[in-house]
Amino acid sequence: MSDVSTDSAQKFNIDTVENAAATPDVQLPWAELGLKQNEYDDVVKVLGRRPTGAELAMYSVMWSEHCSYKSSKNHLRQFGEKVTEEMKKDMLVGIGENAGVTNLGDGWAVTFKIESHNSPSFVEPYQGAATGIGGIVRDIISMGARPVAVMDPLRFGAIDHPDTARVMHGAVAGIGGYGNSLGLPNIGGEMVFDPIYQGNPLVNALAVGVMRHEDIRLANASGLGNKVVLFGARTGGDGIGGASVLASESFDSTKPSKRPAVQVGDPFAEKVLIECCLELFKGSLVEGIQDLGAAGISCATSELASNGDGGMEVELTSVLLRDPTLTPGEILMSESQERMMAVVSPGNVAAFEAVMDKWAVEYSWLGEVTGTGRLIIKWEGEVIVDVDPRTVAHDGPVYDRPYARPDWQDALQADTFTGSVQDAGRPATPEELKAAVLELIASPNMCSKDWITNQYDRYVGGNTAMAFPDDAGVVRVDEETGLGVALATDANGRYTFLDPYHGAQLALAEAYRNVATSGAIPMAVSDCLNFGSPEDPDVMWQLAEAIRGLSDACMELGIPVTGGNVSLYNQTGSTPIHPTPVVAVLGRFDDVARRTPSGWAEDGQAIYLLGTTAAELDGSEWANLRGHLGGAAPKVDLQRERELGEILINASRDGMVDAAHDLSEGGLAAALVESSLRFNTGARVALDEVAARDGVDTFTMLFSETQGRAIVAVPRSEEVRFNDMCTARRFPVSRIGVVDAAGGALDIQGLFTVPLDELREAHEGTLPKHFG
Amino acid sequence: MTETPLIGSYPAGQGGAPLNGARIGVVTFPGTLDDRDAARAVRVSGATAVELWHGDSSLGGVDAVIIPGGFSYGDYLRAGAIARFAPLMAKIVDAANSDALLPVLGICNGFQILTEAHLLPGSMIKNDHLKFLCRDQVLRVENNATAWTNAYAAGQDITVPLKNQDGQYIADEKTLDALEAEGRVAFRYVGANPNGSRRDIAGISNAAGNVVGLMPHPEHAVEAGYGPGHTGTDGLGFFTSVLNTLLGGK
Repeated sequence: MSDVSTDSAQKFNIDTVENAAATPDVQLPWAELGLKQNEYDDVVKVLGRRPTGAELAMYSVMWSEHCSYKSSKNHLRQFGEKVTEEMKKDMLVGIGENAGVTNLGDGWAVTFKIESHNSPSFVEPYQGAATGIGGIVRDIISMGARPVAVMDPLRFGAIDHPDTARVMHGAVAGIGGYGNSLGLPNIGGEMVFDPIYQGNPLVNALAVGVMRHEDIRLANASGLGNKVVLFGARTGGDGIGGASVLASESFDSTKPSKRPAVQVGDPFAEKVLIECCLELFKGSLVEGIQDLGAAGISCATSELASNGDGGMEVELTSVLLRDPTLTPGEILMSESQERMMAVVSPGNVAAFEAVMDKWAVEYSWLGEVTGTGRLIIKWEGEVIVDVDPRTVAHDGPVYDRPYARPDWQDALQADTFTGSVQDAGRPATPEELKAAVLELIASPNMCSKDWITNQYDRYVGGNTAMAFPDDAGVVRVDEETGLGVALATDANGRYTFLDPYHGAQLALAEAYRNVATSGAIPMAVSDCLNFGSPEDPDVMWQLAEAIRGLSDACMELGIPVTGGNVSLYNQTGSTPIHPTPVVAVLGRFDDVARRTPSGWAEDGQAIYLLGTTAAELDGSEWANLRGHLGGAAPKVDLQRERELGEILINASRDGMVDAAHDLSEGGLAAALVESSLRFNTGARVALDEVAARDGVDTFTMLFSETQGRAIVAVPRSEEVRFNDMCTARRFPVSRIGVVDAAGGALDIQGLFTVPLDELREAHEGTLPKHFG
Repeated sequence: MTETPLIGSYPAGQGGAPLNGARIGVVTFPGTLDDRDAARAVRVSGATAVELWHGDSSLGGVDAVIIPGGFSYGDYLRAGAIARFAPLMAKIVDAANSDALLPVLGICNGFQILTEAHLLPGSMIKNDHLKFLCRDQVLRVENNATAWTNAYAAGQDITVPLKNQDGQYIADEKTLDALEAEGRVAFRYVGANPNGSRRDIAGISNAAGNVVGLMPHPEHAVEAGYGPGHTGTDGLGFFTSVLNTLLGGK
């Protein structure tokens, strides 16, 4: 093997540090690698000379938008600043590590994070989506945790656009093909179709892992003389420049295909890597560990060294290669998947190698931790990188990008749905309302997502207590006590387009509500901020407002952001996507046996509507179906959300509800249908009284998207207690119906009755019709 | 450092005294996914689960073996094609064919491995709809006289999860006729055939009835709240069946 690298080493004219110092006028392709003139000048200033080719490769990927957060950093600070002591009490590891860690109690800790893999998933949907799962799972392993579940929020273009099928089939098959092979249940996600995502689909991936407190690992290289090892898959030519060239620029059809910048995944290698790492953790065989994702070895060496207390020196020809013709710069930039880097004390080297041999995982010792404070990378003994690792990993450029409220925002908000051209002929008669409900539940965004979720394994692991289509995914952590976690992800790009500040808060409110609806206590937040180009002041304003809104709302709800990801440049030409801050909320169960499913099954139970309904149709699914987007996003009332959450959590804990479903997109109409179809059990509902109380008509009652609402099914024996609890908290509640197992239909009294079979056909037919 | 249990692995000595000391091995290959789940099902049934490693050359004196689901060796080449050459598989084949009639259950990838190892006839190809499919599946117990099905009634319908990409059971007509004639079709899919399997076959046994393979996952229907429909535990019968067999009841 070593012969190969020796041969290849001789093929290049290696640009050493010595050479760089001696040849200051050599022109380097910094622009092709994605650096701007001012950034290249900064690199020269930091080094006091021109960079070597290898150094340029490292700076170009690490200073990319994707890795450095240079446009968002100034705003993201708010997530760390708007935090109270109370919010910090369960945070074991905060923002900045691979993923934040939250205390679950009983010595257990949980880590979760959501990330984007948008650009690769458009270029090559299967591999893009697959490696998105792979990357986020390695982030979780890097913290010392066993990954226990994944979720995937997706946004694609118009359902009937020919290219949507390409992206949809590829991405879903990729998530399934990779995730199913890892033994991780897929417990939920989202699926939204909108033409605004046609050229920029969003493929976000979330992973959650659990560990004992003492097993938490951090990514740092400490301890003079400790060994640095690279293990897992070999390094190949895939994904070179993925972070810089692909994820940090807008697509432009006039340029060559960027396919070589997409990584290729091998889920079998990842599964073996997971088990192998867990065995290393169990034996306390590593001092520090870092996964190789964006920016590959550049990122892993510079971050480990920067976070450590010394320096690091590695020999790059020791890296095991899939392709022996790779140049040093390519090796440093390659984003080949299924690789990890670890720091091992000399005493543990033999034990480390034994674990590698057991799992037949390849590894190579690259170098060691030094006391110089420098990151030195050599090629056959010649120094090709000599940098202060902080300047690569942490002290990249930071931009205060100009932003301003767009001049079209006022006109957009003034264009309300009610009274618009698209609102003409609003359904009013019983027949029209029935047709409207059927149209809504068959629509691309509200239809059943079984076609997708049936391609994912939700059972593996044996700890899945709830999964899609319930409001939150629920996983048991401790088999003895039933201690567990709930997770939900949400975002509404239309709301956020209408009002970025409140739209981001609505995403948080819905995820919070979903977790509480399942019965879990919300604890922590991870976010994936998907936006257009930060160089557009309109987009930058959306981003700034969304971050300000989200951080304010986290403070008000008392749950901290523990990590996340920013994905910018999601735009085609000058058209950005709707600002789409996907928010994941993690909740805690003392015992997941208390979880509340989203549908009713017991005949005779009373159905209650919690909350009040206002005429809020702007940005709604109904308005979307009519082709209208304008007006004001639904009103945010976080205090109301908190009160609703407490009621739902208490009701679940004390056995007062057997079903609960939050009201969000599609309003009450969607919720009633979904809760009936969940366990194929119908209901009789009367809306006159509650509509009169709220002063709205039946259409508004059914289709408005007012927040802070949920429906619950209450056993007869619990009705008094449940009512008393709501009354004592002065929370509006109304008995709107009863579960009717015999009827086999959803009966909205005085309006219409639809058999469940007809609802099911409408709800479940849409995705198979379009995607086969 | 204290050794802490991973998800899905119980601390030693937990769960009370194992039933009559029955020890049931669960094989792990690189790429196996449902091994912890199979071990949990064994424990729930009252027996002791024993971890077996594919590279081992001894069965460690276990009383029965489960080859769980997953993607052994990534299912590269063909599902189960590489795993059958593991050192432990030779031991399993010998023990299953010996007079001792070691009970062997292959679930999903385990079933695929058993066909590759020629303990069971036929093979699995990609689902006819070409997609991975995960759903709750009704099965009819066609033969309740095997080591792994004797706790069920003949003709009983049970619901367990189904989840696979390569689940379409195929064999030549002569083999299928022989399986039917000898009563070796252990399970059939009820309702719509989920993958195009010949004659709706979900699982089969060998002639002696000690080796059973099926594509659906009974180990995911042993605890109320974690199986089909939030309540289903229909899969537990597999694991109590083998205890009946080992205790000489059936």
